[in-house]
Amino acid sequence: MEASKVIHAIYTDDDVLMSAVKKVKAERYHIEEIYTPFPVHGLDKAMGLEPTRIAITAFVYGLIGLTVAITMMNFIMIEDWPQNIGGKPSFSYIENMPAFVPIMFELTVFFAAHLMVITFYLRSRMWPFKSAENPDPRTTDDHFLMEISVNGNENELESLLKETGAAEINLIDKAH
Amino acid sequence: MYTFSNKLKTFSFILMILGALGIGYGFMTSHKSLEDVKIMLTEEASHGGGHGEAAHGEAKDTHPEKAVHNNEHYAETADAHHGDAHAEHVMHQIHNRPWSALYVAAFFFMMIALGVLAFYAVQFASQAGWSPVLFRVMEGITAYLLPGALIVLAIAFFAGKHIFIWMDPEVVAHDELIQGKAGWLNKGWFVVRGLIFIAGWFAYRQFSRKFSIAQDNANDNSNFKKSFRISAAFLVFFLYSESIMSWDWIMSVDPHWFSTLFGWYVFASMFVSGITVISLITIYLKSKGYLEFVNANHLHDVAKFMFAISIFWTYLWFSQFMLIWYSNIPEEVTYFITRIEDYKLPFFGMVVMNFLFPVLMLMNADYKRIPWFIVMTGVIILAGHYIDIFNMIMPATVGDRWFIGIPEIASVLLFAGLFIFVVFTALTKAPLLAKGNPLIKESEDFHY
Repeated sequence: MEASKVIHAIYTDDDVLMSAVKKVKAERYHIEEIYTPFPVHGLDKAMGLEPTRIAITAFVYGLIGLTVAITMMNFIMIEDWPQNIGGKPSFSYIENMPAFVPIMFELTVFFAAHLMVITFYLRSRMWPFKSAENPDPRTTDDHFLMEISVNGNENELESLLKETGAAEINLIDKAH
Repeated sequence: MYTFSNKLKTFSFILMILGALGIGYGFMTSHKSLEDVKIMLTEEASHGGGHGEAAHGEAKDTHPEKAVHNNEHYAETADAHHGDAHAEHVMHQIHNRPWSALYVAAFFFMMIALGVLAFYAVQFASQAGWSPVLFRVMEGITAYLLPGALIVLAIAFFAGKHIFIWMDPEVVAHDELIQGKAGWLNKGWFVVRGLIFIAGWFAYRQFSRKFSIAQDNANDNSNFKKSFRISAAFLVFFLYSESIMSWDWIMSVDPHWFSTLFGWYVFASMFVSGITVISLITIYLKSKGYLEFVNANHLHDVAKFMFAISIFWTYLWFSQFMLIWYSNIPEEVTYFITRIEDYKLPFFGMVVMNFLFPVLMLMNADYKRIPWFIVMTGVIILAGHYIDIFNMIMPATVGDRWFIGIPEIASVLLFAGLFIFVVFTALTKAPLLAKGNPLIKESEDFHY
């Protein structure tokens, strides 16, 4: 088991953080993670993260919701207990579809939204009662924290981070 | 400064000339006498209704169900034998067609300008930071509002009973429902209302344009503030006047029928058409090397509006349809029965063009930034909303004798030519960047 060292650089402004990220990336250091109190626009691009695929999952979940709605309403209102809808007892799904459109819409949205949140939690490895991975509680208030891995170059890195306007620089031993 | 290229100018004149020729042809060929119509109907009955005439003679009494199924043919053949009533009705429909085609196209292009004017006012009232780089494009488009709206009103006035059945004293004399509405639906008050609305819209357009140009070289923001104030006032006026305008200019073609969200529905149509035209003209100007300050971020936001308002339109279309379909009250549901029986393709086709297509095409964020993608989707959206207006007017005036043929296409060409001419002439009148707008810096640096 090897202990690796990381530097925690703390910033107090999101604009300063953004320019710092760009500088650090330009110097080819590896940014492990950034903790912010709120989403910072464009940070993912600056860090060079891969684009999110949550939109694709949302589309798929929406289709699943739509299918569930159609199957469910067809079973409930047409097959299992045929209903006279709006004085038009045709007992056909397609002819009564206008009545089901609100449900089809709602379940599409419901599935897309809920499954998307659950996917996000799973992907971020979050579950109830999990202890926070957050290294510094101030990042939930008004500070921004950049975590950079160190490979024996802490001195250069520290001076670079000072230049970028870091309010605090801490060298941390991270036990694996 | 933009210069109106001779090529585009010639193109707009060609459109207008072709359109005028086609419209002339439409009016000439629609001049059918009652005798002509009768001959035409017997011809139609003898081959088009081959099963109609032969089978119906006996089906009439013995198979009432079957007769109901083929109601149309039944009525046609029966009337041709019994009297002139049906032939006369068909003759009127044929006479109405070029008028209606002209009216639909005129309204469609007027509504683009009006939709853009409302969008422009919303940008000011909300002090939107992304859009000021597009203000001059919007101001150019709204230049068409005054001529466009006056033309619509003039066509309504001169077409009279060819479009608005309540303008025919003969009909009103035998129709108690229209008599009851005569206090509102009479020609004089109709024209006065129309002129009041047009005056209000035009006044806002002129003043906001004046302030916008004055702001270019101003030292303070007083012009911007004035624009903000009149925009808020205009939006109040607009929502009332647009709603009433849609009852007057469209809904009253079916004077027995009414829908309480009709104004909103027409508004959604004009809003999305207007926004689409903003994006198309922006892309055109950019392709010619103007508007260098507009980038993919601005296009992305306009495309988001196209996407969102397309869904909004569908929401209103469906809300109107579902309530009437569900309750199934004869006097209301007849509106949709006519459209589904006689206009099946345009009626459902427009839902595909105005909803499914834009939703699937513009859902992906990256596609909203690709000009040719927006152009392709935009053209479909515009065609879809033309058909939307077509579906609002035609069933009341020409019934099942509709076709998108020479009169319709020629009318679109005429007004498209006029629209291009007026809009691009207006674009040459001022710099394409509203540089004095206090939000212009934010807009130029706008980043999605």
